[in-house]
Amino acid sequence: MTADSRETSQKEQVKTANREIYLPSERKNISGGGTPHVVAKDFSIYYGEFEAVKKVNADILSRYVTAIIGPSGCGKSTFLRAINRMNDLIPSCHTTGALRFDGEDIYGKFTDEVLLRKKIGMVFQKPNPFPKSIFDNIAYGPRLHGLNDRKQLAEIVERSLRKAALWDEVSDRLDKNALGLSGGQQQRLCVARALAVEPEILLLDEPTSALDPKATAKIEDLIQELRGSYTIMIVTHNMQQASRVSDYTMFFYEGVLVEYARTAQLFTNPKDRMTEDYITGRFS
Amino acid sequence: MNLGTRKILDRSFTAVGFGSIAVMGIALLIVLAPIIYNGIGSVFFTGTLEHRNMLFNEFGRGDKEELVKENAASEVYRKQIYGMLDAFEAELETMEPEKKQDYLSKYGPVRTALQTLIGPLPGEETAILTRYKYGQTRWEKAEEKLHEFLYEAKWDYSNPDVMAKEYFVSRAAEFEGTSLVKLFPYVEKHLPDVLRPRFTVYWGFLTDSSVDSHIFGGIWPEIQGTFFLAVGAMLFAFPLGVIAAVYFTEYAREGFFNSILRSANSTLAGVPSIVFGLFGLAFFINTLKVSESKSVLAGSLTLAIMILPTIIRAAEEAILSVPKTYKEASLSLGSTKWNTIMTVILPAALPGILTGGVISLGRAAGETAPIIFTAAVSVGSAIGLADVFSSPTPALSWNIYNLASEHEAAAEIRHVQYGMVLALVSIVLLLNLSAIFLRARISKKLKG
Repeated sequence: MTADSRETSQKEQVKTANREIYLPSERKNISGGGTPHVVAKDFSIYYGEFEAVKKVNADILSRYVTAIIGPSGCGKSTFLRAINRMNDLIPSCHTTGALRFDGEDIYGKFTDEVLLRKKIGMVFQKPNPFPKSIFDNIAYGPRLHGLNDRKQLAEIVERSLRKAALWDEVSDRLDKNALGLSGGQQQRLCVARALAVEPEILLLDEPTSALDPKATAKIEDLIQELRGSYTIMIVTHNMQQASRVSDYTMFFYEGVLVEYARTAQLFTNPKDRMTEDYITGRFS
Repeated sequence: MNLGTRKILDRSFTAVGFGSIAVMGIALLIVLAPIIYNGIGSVFFTGTLEHRNMLFNEFGRGDKEELVKENAASEVYRKQIYGMLDAFEAELETMEPEKKQDYLSKYGPVRTALQTLIGPLPGEETAILTRYKYGQTRWEKAEEKLHEFLYEAKWDYSNPDVMAKEYFVSRAAEFEGTSLVKLFPYVEKHLPDVLRPRFTVYWGFLTDSSVDSHIFGGIWPEIQGTFFLAVGAMLFAFPLGVIAAVYFTEYAREGFFNSILRSANSTLAGVPSIVFGLFGLAFFINTLKVSESKSVLAGSLTLAIMILPTIIRAAEEAILSVPKTYKEASLSLGSTKWNTIMTVILPAALPGILTGGVISLGRAAGETAPIIFTAAVSVGSAIGLADVFSSPTPALSWNIYNLASEHEAAAEIRHVQYGMVLALVSIVLLLNLSAIFLRARISKKLKG
């Protein structure tokens, strides 16, 4: 979001019951976007016996930003992490129903989760750069997938860092350890690292919860920059953030997808009573 | 609890903490100080002409011309001593048989003591054992032997209620009235002229082979043997341990089998080392027949088995302490599990793994029991790298024990034993220091 558009969005504030909600500015429709990219059909996720996500049916539209909100423990992160199968790390986790990416079953018997994760990048709650140089961090993914040419790698590194709006800040110290960057820079580095693999989808799992407001604003600007080029899903605790950055919003409550609508609509005119209660702060 | 009591409690804890650290420090000092002092004495000491002769003859070291000169200077005084002996022997012939017999029995020990002190006397057969070919090589030992030469030790059994008391009788007094009586003050006065003590730095102690089971020479075969055994053990145990740790942390599913494996590992870490020694003999030598009898290979394997649980545990802990986020990040970029382990987890766990490895290396270097039956011999020369599969080797830990308890001349070569102890302690200390250094260096590199 540029400074201008933030001003506009402030003009658009709508007063709801007891809370100020910022609406996203009028956004351009994205050409070539809007087709179902990830499709969930009666999709449930279990931790052992516990059903963490219950029979979700949803189409996530390509090249738009979809936010997932809901109180703690509602299954929003679990749902997000199911999309690139990060939940595989938890041994007791299993799923029922179908979750498809580009028409292919993510949890299919023959699905190669490594290839899948290459196409579905992820940025985590806490910035987690590797304890390597900035260059090596970005080049990690491309190298994994067989690229070893130093010149090509350098190009990818620069492109990714530019996309993540980090290039100007770090271009002179690419060989320095990434852990020396600030938290916000580290998080943008993680975005750049994910972009370097050229994914189709970018999953952001509360990417700003560990950052200060200034760094948060930068990440939000970044999401706006990337909108239209990638399908972005962002889990957030912060409803203002969801309203600022997303085109569509999903509201989860106790594992159930309660409401899924255009962000503007969900925040101004929620259909469900529960959604209204949540966004107005009656519970959290 | 009121404020006063709490404060007293806090302070007493601090005091007890400081106190225990101080006690440890003092204990360490008491243990280490003599080791260091005496151990250094095996390299830096006051050496005699005999030492220089020994070095020249056995190791071909030293300035020949200088030695000839020195020996000539010493010979002047030796001649006098030999002359006195000859004179007395001639005098003996003129004595009445009974008196002669009496003096002869006293003269024998004098000759032996003198020979121990300044080396073989003319007219003796050439000794077979090297230790009889030279006099005292160290001045402080020479002074001890001088006392033995001058005074005969006797035991006073007169009072049956108390333990016998040792007392000394001047030999000069025993030969009162004969020509030999001049010998004792002469030797006492001119011993420095005969042995020519001089401050010596004998680095060869660390790099020479031993001569005549450690009576002379150095401890290189032991140092090398220790090195071979410890490094050999690491070669087997380190890769195996790291792989096992990776299996435990990354691949194993929690279950009955896995928990059995884990507890087996913990139990192994607590098995006494002598049991490993016997196991090594029974398994590697008698059953697998990795070598005909004791060998470096068998010893290394035994040590490897002994340190394996420690390495596994250290590596496991190091791997578990790698932030889970690294793994997530790597996997989310489309990395395979194998790749994630090799490029992210193991490098990040490296400081911990290496620390565990080096500490285990130190332990392998210092252990005695596992190699008693599998690798160690008390006396031997340094073995070549090609012989590690078939030859046993001397090793510091075992030879320290051997010199302390089983060596026939243990009391004569305490300095060698101290030297070995210091060498071993230094090696272990050095390894541990390098572990700390390595850890700090890699951690710093990782933290940026």
